[in-house]
Amino acid sequence: MYVYDEYDQQLLNERVAQFSGQVARYLDGKIPEEDFLPLRLQNGIYVQRYAPMLRVAVPYGALNATQMRALARVAREYDKGYAHFSTRQNVQFNWPALEECPQILADLADVQMHAVQTSGNCIRNTTTDEYAGVIAEEITDPRPYCEIIRQWSTFHPEFAFLPRKFKIAVNAVPGADRAAIQIHDIGVNIVRNEAGELGYRILVGGGLGRTPVIGTEIRAFLPEEDLLTYLDAVIRVYNQFGRRDNKYKARIKILTKALGIDRMRELVEAEWERIRDGEGKLTRAELDRVKKHFSEPAYKDLQDEPAELTSARSENPAFARWLQRNVRAHKKSGYAVVTLTLKQKGTPPGDITAEQMDQVADLAEQYSLGELRSTHQQNLVLPDVEQAQLFALWQAAKANGLATPTLGLLTDMICCPGGDFCALANAKSIPVAEAIQVRFDDLDYLHDLGEIDLNISGCMNACGHHHVGNIGVLGVDKKGEEFYQISLGGSSAGNNTDEAALGKILGPSFARERMADVIQTILDFYVDKRIAGESFLEAYRRLGHAAFKEAVYGPAD
Amino acid sequence: MARLIKQQQVVGSDDWQIIEDDAAVVDYAVISLTRWQAERSALAAHAEAGKLGLFLNSDETADLIGDDASAFALIAIDFPKFTDGRGYTAARLLRERHGYQGELRAMGDVLIDQLFAMQRCGFDSFSLRDDQDTEEALKAFSTFTRCYQTDVREPRPLFRRRA
Repeated sequence: MYVYDEYDQQLLNERVAQFSGQVARYLDGKIPEEDFLPLRLQNGIYVQRYAPMLRVAVPYGALNATQMRALARVAREYDKGYAHFSTRQNVQFNWPALEECPQILADLADVQMHAVQTSGNCIRNTTTDEYAGVIAEEITDPRPYCEIIRQWSTFHPEFAFLPRKFKIAVNAVPGADRAAIQIHDIGVNIVRNEAGELGYRILVGGGLGRTPVIGTEIRAFLPEEDLLTYLDAVIRVYNQFGRRDNKYKARIKILTKALGIDRMRELVEAEWERIRDGEGKLTRAELDRVKKHFSEPAYKDLQDEPAELTSARSENPAFARWLQRNVRAHKKSGYAVVTLTLKQKGTPPGDITAEQMDQVADLAEQYSLGELRSTHQQNLVLPDVEQAQLFALWQAAKANGLATPTLGLLTDMICCPGGDFCALANAKSIPVAEAIQVRFDDLDYLHDLGEIDLNISGCMNACGHHHVGNIGVLGVDKKGEEFYQISLGGSSAGNNTDEAALGKILGPSFARERMADVIQTILDFYVDKRIAGESFLEAYRRLGHAAFKEAVYGPAD
Repeated sequence: MARLIKQQQVVGSDDWQIIEDDAAVVDYAVISLTRWQAERSALAAHAEAGKLGLFLNSDETADLIGDDASAFALIAIDFPKFTDGRGYTAARLLRERHGYQGELRAMGDVLIDQLFAMQRCGFDSFSLRDDQDTEEALKAFSTFTRCYQTDVREPRPLFRRRA
């Protein structure tokens, strides 16, 4: 993974010093509350229901064991002993004191971590496929491009105060969207053109929130070295013309809709023409320099399906089930990619204790060359595990509550922190997730249901990506009471060649106590009507929205 | 114009003054873009004497003044709220695209913690909001030693300078 040089480290150390000074001036009464707010946001600090929340960046989900231990230490020393992985691959601490944040950030800087631009109306953490670099399907490893974008976006002088937040995601697997790029402000799809040259297909104006929109293609092919100047051009247009009078209409998706994609393209291309061959243009040397950081580790020469694995699988059905769900093929024979799920019953999705974090760090060192990844589905990945060691890894992971064999299944939910923590939420989301985990805890049943994305957001800001859940749950406030609206048919197109799709609202919302029953009704209907091998999403598309609606609400009058 | 910083020095104030569109143009008057567009030829003498300034609202983009920028000895860009970031783009484009060499002043809600980025975008004078501490402000100019991106002061991005 990328290792800081003296330039990167100096910048980060200076950032820690800058923010320490800002906090000191604020605590001293020299910066008024309203001026401090954007400053703390640009360093990932929200003031939540009970305490500030600190959001630490995990650039494109890449972590090493040392960094994980540092995060565990933060959880233990400054928080209540746990942390939360978010849908943007970042990690959140819910209970630090503001006074201690400068010290936390100084500690994290020692392991090359930070909270730079994890919030605020600026360019946020770039996200990508958690399997980057280890699967055969990708065109090329997307991480070097993410790191290049990270450096370009860090303290960008022109774009610190955009109309609204700005999120970029990168996908490198043809025919799939492994990073939900279609619901990002800019989606970068790494492709090859007909001449076989690397480049990007660029989408613009996707996003969830109050007005969910699927991103539109603004450029079919952008050459590899033109990435940064093109991003500059898009965001420069947005910075000048994006709406600033209404924060709900300030994202680039609204500007793109208002101008129309053709006009938007015209403006961007005109801007880009003027800067594309300037000093900001990426160089081959820089691409090579960054790519070197992600070169392949010294893999051993191993065979697939070693005898230890075969025998352990046949002797242990629980292990076999975990292999089937949570382990996927690696590009190198004899290796595997393992997901450690953070979806245990009784634990909010994405939450992890300090002890578990230390254990994950140990597992990464022992079994995966010291590296791990966070995922936008709020799980963790060990990218480089020898197949012969899978059984030992499984036993250790299981003992630590990290091996629930449900990856991609109903209870592998995406869920925001909701009203239990978040000051923006209209409703709690964790209790709904818990009710679903409790109701649907039979592994045979879950495996029989097959892959279903169930996503829960506590408000229309949609941090839980409810619009793109096959089953989406949105918390709403009705005269001070918490209700939940269900939508069906959404998809982030993670594993298939589909376009992403936004779910359609099923009907009137339900009280929290009814949610497990309603989900049960929907699933029963699916199980009853499905034809062999048909997934929930496929059945929904075949049977139609009205059929599911009637199953839940009864026949229309 | 109290709490004015120019070229990283506190100067307190200077002779420039923003005037209404119907006021007589005096030396060191800072006029609106509308007025420039309407009275261009009448204002040529002031401009040539180096005693005419231009005030850009945050919704007025740099291309509206374009290469006329060089007619002015001072261009003041307004920040109605410090979270309105349009002025950063306007400043950069005036410097990098329209060849503006004169004084470029940030006005309005100009706060200490924005100075470093403003300076990178080409501002060289800063009319700080009244409550800002000028000593703290001067320190802000050296927040970072080396930055990643290309900017007005350092046209080469770090990746072209890395050893």
